[in-house]
Amino acid sequence: METLAMPAINFAAIMPETILSIVAMALLLVNVFVPTEQKTYLGWLSLIGIAVAFCPIVTYWNAPVVLQSGFNGSVLQDNFALFFKGIFLVSAALSTLITDQYLQREGCNRGEIYPLILLATAGMMLMASGTDLMTIFLGLEVLSVALYVLAGFNRDNVKSNEAGLKYFLLGCFSTGFLLYGMALTFGATGTTKIARIAAYVATQPTIFSNQMFLVGMLLMAVGFSFKIAAAPFHMWTPDVYEGAPTPMTAFMSVGPKAAGFAAFVRVFMIAFASCKQEWTGLLWVLAVLTMTVGNITALYQQNIKRMLAYSSIAHAGYVLVGFVAGNAVGTAGIMFYMLSYAFMNIGAFAIIVLVGKKGEPNNNVADYAGFGFKHPVLGMAMSIFLFSLAGIPPAAGFIGKFYLFSGAIQAGYIWLAIIGVLNSAASVYYYLRVMVYMYMKDPVEEFDWLKVTPTFAVCILVAVAGVLIPGIVPGYILEIAQKAVLF
Amino acid sequence: MNDTILSLMTFTPLIGVLILFFIPKDSHSTLRGVAVAVSLATFLISLPLVTGFVTNAEFQYVRDVPWITAGPFQMHYHVGIDGISLWLVILTTFIMPIAILSTWTAVEEKVKEYMICLLLLEVGMLGAFISLDLFLFYIFWEVMLIPMYFIIGIWGGKQKIYAAIKFFIYTMAGSVLMLVALIFLYFKAGGGDFNLTRLYSLSIDPATQTWLFLAFAFAFAIKVPLFPVHTWLPLAHTEAPTAGSVILAAILLKMGTYGYVRFAIPLFPDAAQRFTPLMATLAVIGIIYAALVAMVQEDVKKLVAYSSVAHLGFVMLGIFALNQQGIAGGMLQMLNHGVSTGALFLIVGFIYERRHTRLITDFGGLSKQMPVFATIFMIVTFSSIGLPGTNGFVGEFLVLIGAYESNLRWFTVVATSGVILSAVYMLWMFQRVMFGELTNPKNQVLADLNAREVIIMLPLVALIFVMGLFPTPFLDKMAPAIDKVVQQAKQKQVAQTVIPQVPMSMPMQMQMAPHGMEMPEAPAMNK
Repeated sequence: METLAMPAINFAAIMPETILSIVAMALLLVNVFVPTEQKTYLGWLSLIGIAVAFCPIVTYWNAPVVLQSGFNGSVLQDNFALFFKGIFLVSAALSTLITDQYLQREGCNRGEIYPLILLATAGMMLMASGTDLMTIFLGLEVLSVALYVLAGFNRDNVKSNEAGLKYFLLGCFSTGFLLYGMALTFGATGTTKIARIAAYVATQPTIFSNQMFLVGMLLMAVGFSFKIAAAPFHMWTPDVYEGAPTPMTAFMSVGPKAAGFAAFVRVFMIAFASCKQEWTGLLWVLAVLTMTVGNITALYQQNIKRMLAYSSIAHAGYVLVGFVAGNAVGTAGIMFYMLSYAFMNIGAFAIIVLVGKKGEPNNNVADYAGFGFKHPVLGMAMSIFLFSLAGIPPAAGFIGKFYLFSGAIQAGYIWLAIIGVLNSAASVYYYLRVMVYMYMKDPVEEFDWLKVTPTFAVCILVAVAGVLIPGIVPGYILEIAQKAVLF
Repeated sequence: MNDTILSLMTFTPLIGVLILFFIPKDSHSTLRGVAVAVSLATFLISLPLVTGFVTNAEFQYVRDVPWITAGPFQMHYHVGIDGISLWLVILTTFIMPIAILSTWTAVEEKVKEYMICLLLLEVGMLGAFISLDLFLFYIFWEVMLIPMYFIIGIWGGKQKIYAAIKFFIYTMAGSVLMLVALIFLYFKAGGGDFNLTRLYSLSIDPATQTWLFLAFAFAFAIKVPLFPVHTWLPLAHTEAPTAGSVILAAILLKMGTYGYVRFAIPLFPDAAQRFTPLMATLAVIGIIYAALVAMVQEDVKKLVAYSSVAHLGFVMLGIFALNQQGIAGGMLQMLNHGVSTGALFLIVGFIYERRHTRLITDFGGLSKQMPVFATIFMIVTFSSIGLPGTNGFVGEFLVLIGAYESNLRWFTVVATSGVILSAVYMLWMFQRVMFGELTNPKNQVLADLNAREVIIMLPLVALIFVMGLFPTPFLDKMAPAIDKVVQQAKQKQVAQTVIPQVPMSMPMQMQMAPHGMEMPEAPAMNK
C-alpha cells in the first residue's frame, strides 16, 4: 500500500479566515435560539470573534515564509496580506458596531447579518492572501455572495431589493469576465499559481503577441476594475450604495474595494511584472477616468449616500494612481490609504446612520441643515471625516494622498500626479457642501430622534482617532505599510 | 527655553481652544475674556523673540525634532525665525488680541465657535511663519484654510457661503500644485529631508526650476493676491466678519508675499530672475487696476479690499526688485499694510455695527457727529496713502527706490502713479463719508467710539507713527536676512555657457549694483 503524501496545508496561513468562519457558523446556530429583541448579543459575539481573529495577524507579522505559505503555495499570508486583513477586520468591526441600531429602526432585525459580515470578511481575507488565481476567485465568490445578500438585506425596502439584485446581476457578469480571463491566462501560461505565471512570463519576452494572454489579462483587469468600482465599470456603485442598508454600504465601500486592490496588485504587479510597461498605460487611463468621472458626477449629487458612492469611485482613482506608480512608495500608499479610508468613510456613514430615519427619507445633503450646531460633537466628527476625505491636513486622508502622489512623482508620472491633485481640489467642493449645510444654513428640524448609543460613540471615537492620529504622526503606520510592500 | 519658545507661542492658542471647549456656550463674556487673555498671553510670549533676537542672517530659536520617518521620507518638526519672519510673527500675535477685542459686540451668536476658530487660525498662521521644514510649512498653510473658511461662511455677510467656498477652493487649487512641486523638488534633491537650508543649497537646472517656480509662484500669487487671480479677495474681505477681514488682510495675505521671499525666490533663483518682468508686470497691473476699481466702489469695505490688492502690488514690486532696498521696502510695507489695512477694516467694522450698511451714499458728514472716530480714520487714511510721517511712506519709498535701481525702472515709473491713485480713492471716500453735510437723520444720532474701540485703535495708531518716524529698528533687524535672500537670488547660478565678456561692461555692472551688496564674480550675470 502506498502512503498518501499529505500536501503542505499549513492551516496557520488561513487562521484568521478559519476563526471568522467558525464564529460565523456558531452565530448562525446561536441565532436560532435568540429572540428578535436580543439580537444585539450576536453583534457582541461577532466583535469578540473579530478581536480573536486579529491575534494571528499580530503573531504572524514578519513570520518566516514556511509559516506563512499554505495549501501548496496557493495561499501566502505575508505582510502584505496581513496588513489588508487588518484593514478588513477594522472595517468589519466598525460596521458591526453601527448595524444594530439601524436594523432595529428599519425593522429587519434578523441576526443573519452578523455571520454574513464575518463570512464576507473571510472571503476578503482569502482574496488578499491568495497566490493562486483560483484562491483569489474563491475568495471573491465567498465575498460577493455574502455581499449580494447584505446589499438586499432590508427586504421590505424596494431600494434595498433593487440594490441587491443589481449587485447580483452585474457582479455575476463581471465575475464571469474575471474567470474567463483567468482561464485564458491559464491557457497561455499553463499554470494558475501567480509565482509560476511570473516565472513563465519573464522567460517569454514576446508574450504580448500571444492574443490569448493579452485578452486574458484584459479580462482580468475588467473583472477587478468592477470590484474596485473603477470607471467605466462603476455604474453599479451609486445604485447599490444608495439602496443598501447604510451600515452595509459603509462595509461595502471599504472592504471589498481593499480586497479587490489587494488581488489586483498581487496579480498584476507580481504575475505580470515583466510586461509592466504595457499594462501601466492601461491603468493610467483607468486612473484618470475613474478620478475624473467620480469627482465630476459627485458634484451633482443631492443624496448624501450617492455622493459618498461617487466619492468612493474617485478615491479608487487615487489609489489607482499609486498602483500605476508601481514602486514601494506607491504600494505603501495604497495600503495606508485604504486603512485611513476605512476610518474616514465608515465614520462618515456612521453619522449618516445616526441622522437617518426609518425608511431613509432624509438622506439628502439639505437635510443636514443646521446639524453642526444642534449636535456640535457629531458635527465636528463629520467635519473631520469630510476634511480627511477631501485630503486636507492634518488628517490621514492627506497623508494617504501625499504618499500616493509621491509614489507617482517618484516614478516619473508627473502629469498623473497633477491630474490627481487637481481632482482632489475639485472634490473639496462637494465635501464642503455638506459642511455648508451643517454649519452655514439655518436648521429646519431639531434632530431630536438622534440617539447616540455607546456602540456608536465607540465607533465614531475610534474613527476620529483613526483619522487624526495617523494624520499628525503617521510615521509608525507608514513604516508598517512600507514593510508590507511585496517587493 | 530658547528652542521651545516658538512652539510654546504657536500652541498657546491651542491650549486656549481646549479651555474654551469646557466653557458653556452661553457665557459670552467668559468666552471672550478667555480668548483675549490667551491671545494676549501669546503676544507676551512672543515679545522676548524681539529682545533676544541677534541681528544676523541666521535662523534663531531653532528647534529640530524628527517627526515622520517612513520609506524615503524624513520630515522634521523644524521651526525657527530669522529677520524676515520675526516681524511677521510679531504682527500676527499683535493683531490677534485686537481682532478678538473687536468682536465684542460684532458677533452675538455662536460666540464659542467663533473664538475657537479665531484661536485655531492663530495657531495655523504662526506655524506657517515659523516652519523651516517645507512639509511642515505646507501642513500649516493648508490648516489655516479651515478656520478661515468657517469664519467667513458662518459669521459672514449676505454672500458668505459663495465667498467662503471660493476662498477655499481657489486657495487650495494653487496649494495642491505647490504640493506636487514640493514632492518633485524633494525627489530631485535625492531624498533626505525637507530641510529648507539644505534645499537652499541645491543646484537645479533652469528648466526644472522654471516649472517648480511657476507652481510655487502660482500658489503664492493666489494668496497675495496678484492680478489676475485676485478675484476671491474682494468677495472674501467684504463678506467676512470684521475680525475675519482684519486677520485676512493683516496676516493671511502676507503669507503669499512671505512665501515668495522665503521659498520661491531663494529656492529657484534662476527662474525668479527670468520671471521678474512677468511678476513685476502683474504687480504693477495690480497697483493701477485695483486702484481704478477701488475708485468706483460704493461699498467702503470693498474699496478697502481693492486697496489691499494695490498695496500688495507694491510689496510684490519691491520683492521682485531683488535688491536690498526693494525687499526691505516690501517687507516693511507688509508690516505697514498689516497695521493700516487692519485698522481700516476695524474702522469699517465700527461704522457697520452702528448703521448696518457700508454704502458710501448712506453716510456723509460723520466727522461732526463722531470726532474721535474722524481723527483716527484720518490718521489711518494718511497711513494707507503713504503720507510722510506715517509708516506707509517709508515702505513705499523704499520699494520705489529699490525697484528703480534694479532693472524694473520703467515699472517703477508706472507704479508711482499708483501712489497718486491711492490718494484719490482714499481721500475721496473719506470726504464723502466724513465731510460734507450731515443730512441723513440716522447718522445724526450715531455714538462716537467707546472706550473699548479706542483701546483697540490706539496701538495701531501709535504704530503708524512709530514705524513712520522710527523705522530703523524694524529695518535693522531684517537687514541681514534680506541681504542673504538677495545673495541667494543673485549669486546662486547654475553654470551656464560662458560668453566672453567685454571688459568695458564690467565697470557698468559695478555701477548698477545697489550699495551694500558685494558684486559676484561670475560673468554669467543676466541683467
